[in-house]
Amino acid sequence: MDKPLTKNIDMSRPPLEIAQYQAAGGYESIRKIAAGLAPADVLQQVKDSGLKGRGGAGFPTGLKWSFVPMGDNAPREKYLVVNADEMEPGTFKDRLLMEGDPHLLIEGMIIAAYTIQASKAYIFLRGEYIRAEHALKKAIAEARAEGLLGSNILNTGYSLEIVLHTSAGRYICGEETALLNALEGKRANPRAKPPFPQVSGLWGKPTIVNNVETLCNLPGIISHGVTWYQGLGKGVDHGTKLFGVSGRVRSPGCWELPFGTTIREVIEEHAGGMQDGYQLKAFLPGGGSTDFLLPEHLDLALDYDVIGKAGSRLATGTMILLDDRTCPVGMVGNLMRFFSHESCGFCTPCRDGLPWIEQIFVDLEEGRGSEKDIGILEDHLGYLGPGRTFCALAPGAMAPLGSALRHFRQEFEDHLSSKGCPYTRH
Amino acid sequence: MNSNLIASSATSDKIQARELTASEIEEIEHEKTLYPDKQAVGLEALKIVQKHQGWVSDESLLAISRYLDIPVSELEGVATFFNLVFRRPVGKHVMLFCDSVSCWIMGCENIRAHISQKLGIDYGETTADGEFTLLPVPCLGDCDRAPVMMVDENQHRNLTAEKVDAIIQQYRNNEPGEQGS
Repeated sequence: MDKPLTKNIDMSRPPLEIAQYQAAGGYESIRKIAAGLAPADVLQQVKDSGLKGRGGAGFPTGLKWSFVPMGDNAPREKYLVVNADEMEPGTFKDRLLMEGDPHLLIEGMIIAAYTIQASKAYIFLRGEYIRAEHALKKAIAEARAEGLLGSNILNTGYSLEIVLHTSAGRYICGEETALLNALEGKRANPRAKPPFPQVSGLWGKPTIVNNVETLCNLPGIISHGVTWYQGLGKGVDHGTKLFGVSGRVRSPGCWELPFGTTIREVIEEHAGGMQDGYQLKAFLPGGGSTDFLLPEHLDLALDYDVIGKAGSRLATGTMILLDDRTCPVGMVGNLMRFFSHESCGFCTPCRDGLPWIEQIFVDLEEGRGSEKDIGILEDHLGYLGPGRTFCALAPGAMAPLGSALRHFRQEFEDHLSSKGCPYTRH
Repeated sequence: MNSNLIASSATSDKIQARELTASEIEEIEHEKTLYPDKQAVGLEALKIVQKHQGWVSDESLLAISRYLDIPVSELEGVATFFNLVFRRPVGKHVMLFCDSVSCWIMGCENIRAHISQKLGIDYGETTADGEFTLLPVPCLGDCDRAPVMMVDENQHRNLTAEKVDAIIQQYRNNEPGEQGS
């Protein structure tokens, strides 16, 4: 099976240097572009490929790009920004791509920036990703020395500079408009939309913000073509995806697999199944802001719409497993503390609602909870739901909370009757 | 703690900006070539100063504000927003302890309690000998090897109490290991 995202990755050695990377077919897409692919041709191929954003929302990449003004009347300055601020709880996929094969990201960036005719691209990398920072720095320098970055790339007349920006923390920076504010050196509060970044983004210029994994899909699409790309998946969605498993399994990890792979295959075959003495109770399929799914969902295919119809989201594709010996209320309490702490504080429902929820979980844990508290949690599902807040942070937090209240009502009640958590931590 | 925060221009009158060092200035000047406006450079300058001084003091904040002509209030608003900009002194080694969901499932609370007991510090505190500061950090993106923490620039994975003891000893002996590992 083709693994276009991870074929060069072997974490037991340093990533491929540019000569080895090119020997393995790297930067072929840029040579194809130089041989006569116009930006509109590349855009059409990316649209035809059906590639969807891998950062969480799953928005069609080609469609996102198509909103950028093009032609002679378009603003002269445009930007590509890479969202490399991986911080979604339970998500560990972009780290692998950047540490393992940095040239793949740079190749993808050149394709994307060329398509929208941006002459500058910023990688917004989370500050803690030191190893990725070193790998990317080295790869950018190698690409520049090879004439793949800088002015007049491969005699196309097209020029591109990449700036590696390391961030200073805060989960909210993963929200694309908050990220733009952070990159401009401001507090990372999200911006009102519209205008969307494609029209008015970084410093008011047309800007595309794409996730690392999304961009890493592009070299394969341009080098090998849409037909090849669509042959990779075995479900509804096209291509491959990094799927991860964390929690009490035998071999937690992250694997590149075709869309349409079942959840059961990922958990039982790749992650080796549950550890001895642990049973799967539920799981978050794509990071901390997704709804719980149950063991009855194990045979679902990993496709955006399939997981959506089951009441959750594929999102980042990195699953967090809840076992039968870990308290679901405690797990959700941990997530609520995270979201409460990471609220940017700009809009009232999120700033005040999340700490209230967090406090209720502390009370439940310490035996001070009441039936009324559970009602207050339920009320918040509406108050902090989609459309009620400035950005998607609080609605994201409501996903695990709402689904936990549906699936684990008994466990919440048990915290009231036991005057605290009935589980023993291990 | 309040004395560490510039709350108004009235208090800033009493605080003198320090002189930025030549290497700080050189690095700030380099950042100016990468961003089209000075506000973006402001956050970079905070990081540069912290890299050299360990943290961002009021005197440093004022110095950056003057050097880049950014209002103190604006710079302070940014400095206090980002959790990796330290507005209070930190120890020689900063421990960023992941307590997000995957690490929590894998028992990070016990590890955290062990560290707190061993070093005698809670989150946000520094050991009396100035060696270690313990801070919580959002998901470090190493969830298949939970629990994890970073000490300075090094990632430590699959933590156990014994492993934590060895790591602390290693830093006390000035043997930090491979950078960025």
